[in-house]
Amino acid sequence: MRDVRDALMVARNTDGKLVRRPLSPHVQVYRWPLSMALSILHRASGVALSVGTLLMTWWLAAAAVSDEAFARAQWFMGSAIGLLCLFGWTVALMFHAFSGIRHLVWDAGYGFDAPHYNTSGWATVIATGVATLLVWIIGLAVW
Amino acid sequence: MVAFNLPLNSRIGQGQTFKAPAGAKRVREFKIYRWNPDDGKNPRTDTYEIDLDECGPMVLDALIKIKNEVDPTLTFRRSCREGICGSCAMNIDGGNTLACLKPIEEVRGAVRISPLPHMPVVKDLVPDLSQVYAQFRSIKPWMQAETPAPPDAERLQSKEERAKLDGMWECILCFCCSTACPSYWWNGDRYLGPAVLLAAYRWIADSRDEATGSRLDELEDPFKLYRCHTIMNCTDTCPKGLNPAKAIGAIKQMIVERQG
Repeated sequence: MRDVRDALMVARNTDGKLVRRPLSPHVQVYRWPLSMALSILHRASGVALSVGTLLMTWWLAAAAVSDEAFARAQWFMGSAIGLLCLFGWTVALMFHAFSGIRHLVWDAGYGFDAPHYNTSGWATVIATGVATLLVWIIGLAVW
Repeated sequence: MVAFNLPLNSRIGQGQTFKAPAGAKRVREFKIYRWNPDDGKNPRTDTYEIDLDECGPMVLDALIKIKNEVDPTLTFRRSCREGICGSCAMNIDGGNTLACLKPIEEVRGAVRISPLPHMPVVKDLVPDLSQVYAQFRSIKPWMQAETPAPPDAERLQSKEERAKLDGMWECILCFCCSTACPSYWWNGDRYLGPAVLLAAYRWIADSRDEATGSRLDELEDPFKLYRCHTIMNCTDTCPKGLNPAKAIGAIKQMIVERQG
């Protein structure tokens, strides 16, 4: 679908000649408020979770296929790259969950006023860090 | 659609530097976006050194000083110089605000100024606002009522009903919020943007208006309303301290509630 705003990019200069107007800078100049960064991270963590789900599907499917397949999956999960993926997946999961709660609160009509949306933003970041660490401390302890 | 890079004709080059007069003590650099439709060149950033001892306190004071004393070709909109007309909306130091309400002292280092983001540039700091004005018109920003007004009086409101409009009637349509919204950057052709949605809610919330149903019908659209993802840049940047995000949330809630 064509962007109707294209029509506004054409204008006439002083001599009446058609000129193409520039688009003013946007992400190039905008200073990121916390909420803007968390908003795009919410989307990014959602994408990361989808990719991570493929990993989990492989793990489960391997368990159903054979002992060797499952051993291979287990080996990968326990390798440095596997652990890194799992750690990233945990961060994404925790962030997406807490950020999702923040969105639910907004959808219920609360937390729009300053400074609440900044407070809830920092709370999301801190909760993500604490929960991720807890999961990994417990996970490594029982491993 | 999403495009992070500027089009080739919009990439910003290095411009001229206008030095401060000799003997100036409190010098501050103003790095200002320039584009002239007549020179056939790309936009550029010109640097103006201003002696703050010889300049008023606000960014608009510096712009007027530059235009009067340094470079009369610098083009920008301004009128009331007290935050009520909305003309001098621009991006200052990475945030959208009114130049007349932004103290120079609030900016650390060079003061970077560009037009409202992701808009067609008419010249220098002047963006083309046709699109936002057309969108504003589309929400019918006037009172619609079938019931005739009392013959000898205004349509009355209780104090509580009137109080619902506080935080909305104050909007001066400077469009700092709409042009701060990444959703509006990418989908502004179909998404109405925070300023226009705040205006829509101002009429939805008005007890005297009788078109609430049709107003909500108009807004119930995946793009017009639901491109709002609560990014909060609108509320964060509003120079009048208003809360468009909250108004949009209220519209979404009303649409859900009327489904029963």
